[in-house]
Amino acid sequence: MTQEQKFQAKIDEEIRIEPKDWMPEAYRKTLIRQISQHAHSEIVGMLPEGNWITRAPSLRRKVALLAKVQDEAGHGLYLYSAAETLGAERDDMIEDLHSGKAKYSSIFNYPTLTWADIGAIGWLVDGAAIMNQVPLCRCSYGPYARAMVRVCKEESFHQRQGYEIMLTLAKGTEEQKAMAQDALNRWWWPSLMMFGPNDKDSKHTQQSMDWKIKRFTNDELRQRFVDMTVPQAEYLGLTVPDPDIKWNEEEGHYDFGKINWEEFWNVVKGNGPCNKQRIRARKKAYDDGAWVREAAMAYAEKRRKRSEAEAGIKVA
Amino acid sequence: MSDKKNWPLYEVFIRSKNGLSHKHVGSLHAADAEMAIENARDVYTRRSEGISIWVVESKYITASSPEESESLFDPANDKVYRHPTFYNIPDEVKHM
Amino acid sequence: MTDKEALYQYVLQIGDNALILGQRLGEWCGHGPVLEQDIAMTNIALDLMGQARSLMSYAAEIEGKGRTEDQVAFLRKENEYRNVLLVEQPNEDFAYTIVRQFLFDSFHYYFQEALLQSKDERLAAIAAKSIKEIRYHLKYSSEWMIRLGDGTEVSHAKIQTALDDLWMFSGELTTPNEYDLKMAEAGIGADLNAIKPAIQEKVAEILKIATLQVPADEWMQSGGKEGRHTENMGFILSEMQYMQRAYPNMEW
Repeated sequence: MTQEQKFQAKIDEEIRIEPKDWMPEAYRKTLIRQISQHAHSEIVGMLPEGNWITRAPSLRRKVALLAKVQDEAGHGLYLYSAAETLGAERDDMIEDLHSGKAKYSSIFNYPTLTWADIGAIGWLVDGAAIMNQVPLCRCSYGPYARAMVRVCKEESFHQRQGYEIMLTLAKGTEEQKAMAQDALNRWWWPSLMMFGPNDKDSKHTQQSMDWKIKRFTNDELRQRFVDMTVPQAEYLGLTVPDPDIKWNEEEGHYDFGKINWEEFWNVVKGNGPCNKQRIRARKKAYDDGAWVREAAMAYAEKRRKRSEAEAGIKVA
Repeated sequence: MSDKKNWPLYEVFIRSKNGLSHKHVGSLHAADAEMAIENARDVYTRRSEGISIWVVESKYITASSPEESESLFDPANDKVYRHPTFYNIPDEVKHM
Repeated sequence: MTDKEALYQYVLQIGDNALILGQRLGEWCGHGPVLEQDIAMTNIALDLMGQARSLMSYAAEIEGKGRTEDQVAFLRKENEYRNVLLVEQPNEDFAYTIVRQFLFDSFHYYFQEALLQSKDERLAAIAAKSIKEIRYHLKYSSEWMIRLGDGTEVSHAKIQTALDDLWMFSGELTTPNEYDLKMAEAGIGADLNAIKPAIQEKVAEILKIATLQVPADEWMQSGGKEGRHTENMGFILSEMQYMQRAYPNMEW
């Protein structure tokens, strides 16, 4: 058996791959790409919601939102750490994000215009993210799977937080209901796009399935999301902005309309409403923080030298 | 990378409650060990996951090599006499 | 001024400090200098917001008009907010944020420590819960004062400038107004004159380790506790109150 065959055999037996184990270079690269993209999505994802922290309409909502956006920072951190076990460095990954070399989930290139968007993001965007993430808890790469277990555990409050906001709006005044509907209208399609291109157009899917990085295809997960979400929208009394949504008795699924892939690819390419401002904000935070990071290192170094000098005196 | 003075990586171990050992939970970056403890508190115990934290700079961890795992760990597999079930004791003898 | 009115204003004074500083720290979320510190600052913001909520609820009860914590927190006019001027100062950069935090934490710690002995059970209970959080805040901001002060030349210059700029807002923290005096006398509030030396000593100690110059004690700004704020306050409120003002009387 070649090393590659041994590796695949381990994966087929559901034995997790750990950092120091032999792995094909392509497996390592795929993981670094996927995990860092995932981390970037968490970090960039803080921005559209972070927008509303200072404007949250009640103290209860404000602390919930703060805690949620903070969790996303934590999730980004767990994920960067997982990628670091593969030999990537966080600062290099961040550089790739800033230069545009690395991607992140396109959904965060849409603006948060009203408070209802915070509800819609929690409900739909986090809902879609959870759908993607739960199978990743069984991903073949140990550190990634473990990070995802932690993320999924924490994320469960996020979706509920969002749905509760939507529910409050749906039960509120006409103005609030309209706000909720408008948010659903704007976030529905981008949420479906979060699962990525159709299987036939997805270049990474088959290999990732063989390596058990992915457990389900984009289209499978998207279908599950639709099946789960349509009844939730009905409960809210809101209308999913797709005239083709229809229960298909035979298949036991909801049929849904065609996704505008032209829009998707344009947002991926950088032409979304907020791509530039998101990256600018991240870059600014990082650049403005450089002197802080340097100062902390310089101080740590000074302190180490001082304590060594002190120890030296004692020995002498 | 060295010119950028990046904060080093620390591994974090958390004791979730008295009576249990510290368990590896993940890693983070910090300028020094003291900051690593605080960062670990903020990052890994936001939901009361712990009551005690250990941190160690990742570079100081020495790990066994997977290539050696056969020679390191397989020899223990046939040492069944290390387990209590290897020894036959009549059922009438209690508390053993 | 009735006792009830004085207590109400006094609780607002404490609560508004936590509310406005928490609001300011919340602006950092997603923009911190490094991920780990982004998370740390948000933790402090969450602690302060939690304290603000307890105090706003209590203020609403004292007021006795059936208002909620949110109505008290969000639906006052600018000159009805009682926070000190220091906490409404903008984040500017990490240096200003740390100096603002450190000056406030030094005060806040000894202040809440004094309130542990308050004859008012609610204030004493809130202090008991808050003091653990604030002890950590003070440790955090002190350590960063030292790191930045004794870090690089750049960081030293930045933190010294921030300290020089914000120093004039530090006096108000320990200068009693009529509510402070009345409440201290009643054994409900903290005696600011009594805790002042400990605060000054703490600040001096940390600044010394941080190799920073203590700015000259010249003219100190005041007015926040009386509702006379800096220009910043209107902008803070226009964001904070946006939803409540644009969509009055709705549940969120």
